[in-house]
Amino acid sequence: MSESETMTKTVRLALLGAPNCGKTSLFNALTGGKAKVANYPGVTVEYRKGLFALPGGREVELLDLPGVYGDCGHSMDERVAIDAVRGKLEGERAPDGIVFMLDAAQIETHLHNVLQAKNYGLPIVLVLNMMDMAARDGLTINVEQLEQELGLPVVTSVAVRASGRAHLLDFLREWTGDIAHGSAAVPTEQPGELREIQSRARSVSRTVVSRIPRTETTTQKIDAVVLHPVGGLLILFAILFVMFQAVYTWSGPAMDLIEGGIGALGSAVASVLPDGLLESLIVDGAIAGVGAVLVFLPQIIILFAFILLLEASGYMSRAAFLVDSIMAKVGLNGRAFIPLLSSFACAIPGVMAARTIEQERDRLTTIMIAPLMTCAARWPVYFLIIGAFIPATKVGPFSVQGLVAFGLIIVGIVFAFIMAAIFKRTLARGESSGLLIELPSYKAPVFKDYLRGLWDRAMIFVTRAGRIILPASIAIWVLTTFPRSAENIEGTFAGMIGNVLLPVLRPIGFNLEMAISLIPAMAAREVAVSSLATIYAVSGEAAEGNMTAVIASNWSLATGLAFLAWFVFAPQCLSTFAIIRKETNSWRWPLIAFGYLFVLAYVMAGLTYHIARGFGLA
Amino acid sequence: MTTMPHRLTELPRDATTRIIGFSSATPALEMRLREIGFAEGDTVQPLHFGLFGKNPMSVRVNGAIIALRRSDAAAILVEPTA
Repeated sequence: MSESETMTKTVRLALLGAPNCGKTSLFNALTGGKAKVANYPGVTVEYRKGLFALPGGREVELLDLPGVYGDCGHSMDERVAIDAVRGKLEGERAPDGIVFMLDAAQIETHLHNVLQAKNYGLPIVLVLNMMDMAARDGLTINVEQLEQELGLPVVTSVAVRASGRAHLLDFLREWTGDIAHGSAAVPTEQPGELREIQSRARSVSRTVVSRIPRTETTTQKIDAVVLHPVGGLLILFAILFVMFQAVYTWSGPAMDLIEGGIGALGSAVASVLPDGLLESLIVDGAIAGVGAVLVFLPQIIILFAFILLLEASGYMSRAAFLVDSIMAKVGLNGRAFIPLLSSFACAIPGVMAARTIEQERDRLTTIMIAPLMTCAARWPVYFLIIGAFIPATKVGPFSVQGLVAFGLIIVGIVFAFIMAAIFKRTLARGESSGLLIELPSYKAPVFKDYLRGLWDRAMIFVTRAGRIILPASIAIWVLTTFPRSAENIEGTFAGMIGNVLLPVLRPIGFNLEMAISLIPAMAAREVAVSSLATIYAVSGEAAEGNMTAVIASNWSLATGLAFLAWFVFAPQCLSTFAIIRKETNSWRWPLIAFGYLFVLAYVMAGLTYHIARGFGLA
Repeated sequence: MTTMPHRLTELPRDATTRIIGFSSATPALEMRLREIGFAEGDTVQPLHFGLFGKNPMSVRVNGAIIALRRSDAAAILVEPTA
């Protein structure tokens, strides 16, 4: 390589370290969050990589890897991170160096992992992060001595502040130059059993670390309240309750604004285009369909604002701790809580996150019940039906609509527990493994990282509207518009298909429009809402696009409640079954999932309908 | 007073003592416990217990707090407290 090529060579660095040590904050700060999110080939663990320029101009490609506690790779996440630094991932070049991040306050706990990393055959720099917090906890680290003991460069940082990163950037500028020249030192460590390595690491930290006798930390003071056996559970329940209430009460104005905008856009387009098929396709198909889903964006954002806050603050692991003994009652792994909580956004990341569960039987059970958590795609259906039939009144400080939504979520959870207990006693019989998670110190979330996470979630929802809802809306428009000779919805292709299904669905109170909407909802559950919007728009009943009023005037209360009951189970969403197929590597589990969800949806919708009619709500 | 090692699960809340080893019955569990931050000589202190059967429990070890089930915590052997 010529001298000028060496000067400009892009250096590839891997960010390695335990979970919660600040890797992602540093990654976001350095790359400006401009990351490419990709999956490792063959596995579904996500990783991010991004480019940034160091002072002096050298370009660095940074890899943000899943957190690791050692080099054994107990879970799939850890195996991926370790394979990545060893250059064993298909289609990925090995990194040129490792930036090993360590939460300075946790140095004793994780130093063995640094010693293990010295045997990966790459130059390493150790970054002692969150030095400010460590100092506040009364901890001092002799950095020069640590460098000598480890034979590694050690840099201190406070990754979330620009001033706290300056020192690291200066170091990286020189170090990446050495790496490009092939002159950076590659450390080695005497290999040995984990026990020996750990004992070496402990003796290093005893030499370089001093702690003043501990007073009670802020984290312990908060935990004394939040982890109280009874009080803690009440607090958790209250947080979830407030979260679902907020989703309703805070979103109203923004939703009205979006709904008004979509209505105005539809009328504007209709006034420009000549009456006819094209106008109908754009206004009734595309705008009505996509608009019906987009209007729920404020609610999705509020939901994630809570979930991300709970994650970033460190509370989420406490929630896992609190519910563990309840989960154990149905034979579930305590770690299942986190995948199941992700499933409240979408079952797909939930099914993937189950990879952190080491026990195969526990992982399968968790995967099977993940679709019962109320995913974001169900919200539009719930919002629509609840909005149409449940009065927007308040009982004390609580919105009745919020209470009903909360009830539906609880029903989903209760059935998830029942099904878990059944699976653990039948198809996935076996011992459950333990909880074993770290309860990280509480932190105020980094505002920029928080907004970035929220933005990513909102964009996933909006992109889905474009990529899945738009084609599905157009397809349903075609089916409900042709043949042109049709006098009403029954004469169209959609009506013909719906009429085939109707004999099966009528006994549980469903009408033709509902039967039709269930088919495209296989693409994504919320498509049921956009399909209903298109169906009623095409038949001319929803000229102003106010779906709630249309549903309220066309459906009986019993029918609306039956539809809600169906969507608690919703054997829909092909992507969920596809990911179950991929993650279990068999057709057996996705078929069982579809089967049990269909039976539950059918039976529960039927029961709801007939009981409601029994109470005279027809 | 016995000199036999105690299990971590026998400690009352807030009592501190040192780890002296791991039960040899479960080598795989021992690896996981070591990786997450338990080692011989470390000071441990149970902090919180769950609602049913005091399960799970949280333990302070070095600068970390680890949550684990009692069945796993029983594999950690500790010095008897005075």
